[in-house]
Amino acid sequence: MVEFNLPANSKVQEGKTFPAPAGGTNIKAFKVYRWSPDDDDNPRVDTYHVDLDDCGPMVLDALIKIKNEVDSTLTFRRSCREGVCGSCAMNIDGTNTLACTKYISEIAKDAKVYPLPHLPVVKDLVPDLAQVYAQYDAIEPWLKVTTRPPERERLQSPEERARLDGLWECILCFSCTTSCPSYWWNGERYLGPAILLQAYRWIADSRDEFTGERLDELEDPFRLYRCHTIMNCTRTCPKSLNPAKAIAEIKKLLVERRG
Amino acid sequence: MSLRSPLGRVRGLGSAKEGVDHFWAQRMTALALIPLAVWFVISLFSVLGADHGAVQAWVSSPVVAGLLILLIAATFYHAFLGLQVVIEDYIHGEGVKLATLVAVKGASWLLAIVGVLSVLVLLLGEAPA
Repeated sequence: MVEFNLPANSKVQEGKTFPAPAGGTNIKAFKVYRWSPDDDDNPRVDTYHVDLDDCGPMVLDALIKIKNEVDSTLTFRRSCREGVCGSCAMNIDGTNTLACTKYISEIAKDAKVYPLPHLPVVKDLVPDLAQVYAQYDAIEPWLKVTTRPPERERLQSPEERARLDGLWECILCFSCTTSCPSYWWNGERYLGPAILLQAYRWIADSRDEFTGERLDELEDPFRLYRCHTIMNCTRTCPKSLNPAKAIAEIKKLLVERRG
Repeated sequence: MSLRSPLGRVRGLGSAKEGVDHFWAQRMTALALIPLAVWFVISLFSVLGADHGAVQAWVSSPVVAGLLILLIAATFYHAFLGLQVVIEDYIHGEGVKLATLVAVKGASWLLAIVGVLSVLVLLLGEAPA
């Protein structure tokens, strides 16, 4: 059954508080989820006070400042710092998004920073992405053809190419998938919005010759039809994409092909 | 604990290759229920507070009886499809899930058949003198 309560050893507790350096006038509190596999302690929320006059504008700037200057044990993923790698996806101020493109000034009160919801935590803000990556693998996200390769590029008309817009931009940060209650309850069988958008990216590709097989693999009460169109995915996407629409397009094609 | 690879677990038993019929039936019954429900509510006003004879006279038209049977069938079919989704979402033990689905399906059939037979009794029964 669905569990609505955390087990006793997962209950989040009050953690340490790190004061801001003296003399700061523009102080913001960051309440950050902490958990380490190296001890038996419960997860806790540490509070870091950061002087925003001495910090970049994004939440990631604050996290890097904390790690560099206050607490080097704070652990999180980051790489490109400009919203194209998807590494720093986390739950900020109650919404899944990228720390590197989220302005601190958009957060009214204390900035609450948690890992992406409902994934196993490796440490602090680092979730275990093994399952979502395996699900990406399972949809075979590459061009599949049986026609002999042409001498040059495989051509598309401008219209055919345009059908991939809104799909290719997905950076696989999994903000959407981990915002979806259906994925929380049935993630081991439901593919989730990020993977279904990626699946549709290959279904919609005019160069791919395995559209039917791809639809076969998705036609399943759990893999596809656990989507109940509540649109959390579309609302949370930090790239402003529309996974719910991609899923609806897959459902439309499945209806269309049955005649 | 399982040492199976994540990909093996995700692929699992493979695609059921069904679900589109369920999806379509849920939407078609929803569409059918819009006019049927509106018609039913409006019609009820015409027999509001009337005695059994007046209701029987209303149902004795094959058109009215037919629409009532359609309404009952669509209602319980749609209700079962929706409850099935809720059960599959939230009940994870295979045994409990199967038992709940069978119970809900049985109840839906029973209520639908009782409803249809009630319409037929009104349609075919002797009008009270």
